[in-house]
This record gives sequence, structure tokens and C-alpha cells, in this order.
Amino acid sequence: MKRLTAAMRIAFRALEVNKLRSALTMLGIVIGVAAVIATAAIGSGAKQRIQQQIASIGSNTIIILPGSLTSSGMRMGSGNAVTLSESDARELPTCPDISRAVPIVRGGAQVVYGNNNWATIIYGTTPGYLEVRDLSVASGSAFSQQDVDSANKVALLGETVVSSLFGDIDPVGQSIRIKNMPFTVVGVLETKGQSPTGQDQDDVILLPISTAKRKVIGTKSANADAVDSITMQAKSSNQIQAAQDEAEALLRQRHHLLPSEEDDFSVRNMEEIFAAQETSFSHIMSLMLAAVASVSLIVGGIGIMNIMLVSVRERTREIGLRQAVGAKTRDILTQFLVEAVTLSIAGGCAGIILGIAASAVVSRLANWNTVSMGAVTLAVSSLLWWASASGITRHGRPPISILLKLRALNNKTGRMSDHPRWTPLVDAAENSL
Amino acid sequence: MPALIETDRLTKTYQLGEVTVNALQGVTVTIERGSFVAIMGASGSGKSTLMNLLGCLDRPTSGRYWLDGVPVERLDRDQLAEIRNQKIGFVFQNFNLLSRMSAMENVQLPLLYATTDTGDADERAKRVLVLVGLAGREHSLLTQLSGGQQQRIAIARALINEPEILLADEPTGQLDSRTSAEIMAIFQQLNRTRGITLIVVTHSDEVARFAKRIITFRDGQIVGDNTGSIHQADRAQSSYAAAEASP
Repeated sequence: MKRLTAAMRIAFRALEVNKLRSALTMLGIVIGVAAVIATAAIGSGAKQRIQQQIASIGSNTIIILPGSLTSSGMRMGSGNAVTLSESDARELPTCPDISRAVPIVRGGAQVVYGNNNWATIIYGTTPGYLEVRDLSVASGSAFSQQDVDSANKVALLGETVVSSLFGDIDPVGQSIRIKNMPFTVVGVLETKGQSPTGQDQDDVILLPISTAKRKVIGTKSANADAVDSITMQAKSSNQIQAAQDEAEALLRQRHHLLPSEEDDFSVRNMEEIFAAQETSFSHIMSLMLAAVASVSLIVGGIGIMNIMLVSVRERTREIGLRQAVGAKTRDILTQFLVEAVTLSIAGGCAGIILGIAASAVVSRLANWNTVSMGAVTLAVSSLLWWASASGITRHGRPPISILLKLRALNNKTGRMSDHPRWTPLVDAAENSL
Repeated sequence: MPALIETDRLTKTYQLGEVTVNALQGVTVTIERGSFVAIMGASGSGKSTLMNLLGCLDRPTSGRYWLDGVPVERLDRDQLAEIRNQKIGFVFQNFNLLSRMSAMENVQLPLLYATTDTGDADERAKRVLVLVGLAGREHSLLTQLSGGQQQRIAIARALINEPEILLADEPTGQLDSRTSAEIMAIFQQLNRTRGITLIVVTHSDEVARFAKRIITFRDGQIVGDNTGSIHQADRAQSSYAAAEASP
């Protein structure tokens, strides 16, 4: 213990008297750690950003479409049959893993306000749609269940529709005409932007499903209860599969399907739809992060190595002298180890601060949330990595090679035979380091 | 009581690429406590190699070496380090001081590696600095000191663990003749008053005159071993006096 504290004193003093060398060595570590942290933080920020965009579709949502219709041997593709109904949608939330289910009818219509008109998509649905799709109302209010029950002519507009029809006028309370029928605008939806597939999610009008069916879109079948699709929401993201299974079972039962018969509907969840996209994206992102991080690690590492080489070469005499006055191999090693660890820790801490500062600046500029706990965890692990790596650098090959180099130089100039004075020390250093 | 240094047919062979250099070819020598020995010879004659062996910096290829009765060639690396720390003080031609540290820190360097309790380090450093005539310069930086003063610090460093032997390799090689005489005077003083055994490797006859015994080397072998006459000692004394007298 006494020897260790003595070694630490020696090492700290050695670092202190050679401030420039210590600072330069540390700089390499600082830059390396900072680069890794900044790239990791910025990368995870970008990743988060894209995931947010994907989540904007609505979280944990599952879409149920009617099955395909086969007409004279020609299969029409999914969604053409009319097998889903509003009562299906009402029953689905009784399943334990499903929180909500909303029926949807869809159609296009020309919308008129004053002398402006605009073609858009009409969704007839229930108020629960806003929660399922994670929508909110920017001004005015959403229509209510009562509006649905009494088929009131009220409309909730998307931002694109508002700007196309109204310009600067406040649309709430105004009257628009859809298929020549007056509707009162009760609210405007918060803008949602593009979907990951490039659709404008704001170019939409929401109507009570009853109104839409009776006045605007009409029904495709004799069954007045029929709907085009049902969108439902699982209680949490890890209940999606269970919710999907329950929905399938319930619908098969309600549709009186025999075990031999195929489903007359199809269930898809958003995760599934975007899963492929997201996996390939995360894969590329991780690869890129790893590449950038390893480049900065390599660059930083080479920087440190160079300084170490120069430093050890410069200090061959110091090592020799210390050994001549009684330092044991262990003493020299401990001194260098303490120096390396001290520099690594100090440089690592400075690097963390610098890296966090850099990513904070980037998050300001790009409006990303980059500094996360993940980044800090990574920082700590890279600090440990640096501490051990530079310890190895100091005690691995470089000192030996440099001592050998020194020796080769001496051989060339023929000084070796004249001054064998340092030979044993170089030998000792080579053997010990 | 055995002789302080006793060697038996020491040899040392260096391998330099494909060339084998027989730096020492069977050196048998005995040096008593309290001697003042100069080792002389041309470059490459093996005198520095012998110095390395006597100073436990290196091990012989063959032969035996007893230091204070201890067979050194049987000791391991750490034991050699301890002997260098406790029994031997080194003085080099180029001083070998740590340039960014103060005089005091340089002098105390061997204490850092001492395994025994060294007491008050500052007190000891001051004491040896007084011995070499540098009282009051404890906190000087090396850059503020002349070559002669730096060599005095090196001597103080060699003395701090109270060694029995002082090994000096061309200690005046980088100093002018007056400073050389001063340094040699310090050595002589230490030898006479404190009984420290002194072994000095040198080219210079001037330096060698201070010694009581001169061993001459050629081609790795001892070719001359003269115990200095009264006459030589007188001459050494007079040149010391001359150095003292000059301003």
C-alpha cells in the first residue's frame, strides 16, 4: 500500500512536470471519447426521430380489412368484400387485450366553401378514431357520440383541407357543402404531416359514421351496418399479437365461419407494415453508427499511440536512470500504469463533457432530442474502454518497439560499442515492459 | 571481513548484429574498502562494461563477483535494484538529472525507491547538498544551475542513501578543467573523511592523479594496476591546492 501511494506520487509528479506531454496525450483520448459520444447521441437522436414519424400513424394500432371477394373466379383483392360491421367494432373492445375499436367508412367527395372547392377523402367514423390514430383537435372540438347517434351534419377538417378552402378565415362554425349538403365545421385537426409512405395525413375530413353512410358515401351493400374497415388499438405494444389473435377469433365466431373456411377478413398491424422498413432502417443506422464510431476510435487511438511512442522513447533515459538508482521493474510499471490510467480517466471525463456539449448543440440546431441516458451509458463504457486500451497501449508493444528502434539507431552510428552504458537498462526495460 | 569488491575471471560478451564483441575477457580484481580507484583505458577497452558489472546494472556472461561478500551474479533483478539503491551511488558523465524537477527532488529520487524507512527526506537532502557545497540551493531548477553545480547535485543524489561505493563514469567529461578539479576535490574529500570507496572511470590523467590506485584496461583485460606512490598523491594534492587557490 505504501509502495502504491509512493508510485502514485511519482506518477502524478511526472505528469505534473510535463504538462504539455500530458495534455497532448489526453487530447487524443478527449477527442476520441467526445467523437464516439457525439456520434452515438446524434445517431440515436436521428433514429428516435424516424421512429416518432413511424409512430405518428398511431400507436399499437391494428387494422382489420374485409376479406377478398371472389367473383366468377376473379379474386378482387382484400377489402372488396363487405363482411365487417359496426357491431363487430362494438364487440371487439370486450376482448381483454383490445382497448378500442372504431369502424370506418371511406369515400371521396368534392367539398365547397364559398367559391372554393377541394377534392378530399372522407372518413366516416366515431369519436374514438381520434384516440386510436393519436389525433388531437387544434381548434374547435371533435364531434361527439351524440352527433353519431343522431347523424348530425358536422365535420372535422384536416389542416390541408382548411388551407385549401378557407385561407386565413377561421373555419370553426363555418358551413361547408359536401355533396351539396351543408355541414357545420366543428373543429380542425392538429397537423400530422406525411405518413411514412408519403401520404398527406392532413388532407382529410372526418364525419360521424352515420352521417357519412346516409348522406355522403352511401353503403356498398344492403347491409346498413357494413363498414369498410375497423381500426383498433391494443392496450400496449407487447399485447399487439394477443389483440390480433383475439380479434381473429372473435370475428370468426361472429361471422359463423367453419374451421375449414378461410377468414373473410384480414388483420394487419402497423408494426407489421412498417416492420420491414424499420428493421432495414435500424440495421443501416447501427452499421453507420458503428462505422463512424470505430473510425473516431481508430483515429483517436492512433493519436494516443503516437504520443505514447514519442513519450516512451523520450523517457528511455528516465526509465534507465530510475532503475539505476534502485527502481524495480514493478515500480516503473506501476508509475506508467498510474500515469496512463490518470490520463485516461481525466481525458475520458473531459471527452464525455465535450461529447455531451457537442450533441446538445446538434440537438439545438436539428431540433432533435439527442442527449439520452443511452448516450451516458455508452459514455461510461467507452471511458472504461479507453482506460484499459491506453493501459495496454502503454504496456504493450510500443515501448518495446521504440526501445528496439533506439537500439538499432545506436547500432548504426556505432555508438553501442563505445557506450554500452545504457545497454543493460534498455535490455531491462525491454524485458520488463 | 571480506574485500568490498572481489571478482573472479569476469567476462562479458555483447552480440551486435552478427558481430560478437568480447568486451571483458576475464577480469580478476579486488578492491578494498575506502579505496580511491581510477580505471583508465582507450575507448572500447572495456572499462565502462566493468563499471556496469560492478554497479549491478548488468550481469557478467561468466565469472564471479562478490560485493561485500555477497555473490551478486546469483541475485535476481529486484535484489540487484535494492543493492543499487542501498550500496551504490552513480555519477554519470552527462549528469542524468530529471530536467523539470528541482534540485531537491532530484536528490531525493533514490529515497522514493528505498524499501527501508528513510526518515525525514528533506532533512537528508539538505545534509547531502551541504556535503557537495550547494547549501541553500534546494529549490533551484536545473536550468538555473551550471554544469558543475548539476554534477554536484548528481553526487548529492548518489550520496543520499549513504552508499558504500560511489561509481563515477567520466564524471568530469563535460566540465572545464577548473570545475573538474572542484568535483574531484569533492570526491577526494568524501573518500578521506567519510571512507566512501570511489571508483572513477576516466580518460584524463589529471583526474586519475587524484586516485590512490590506477587500473589500466586494454582490449577487455587489465594491463596495469599501480598503487599510487607518495609522489603521485602529492601531485594530486598540489593540483587540488592550485584549483583552490585560483579565483
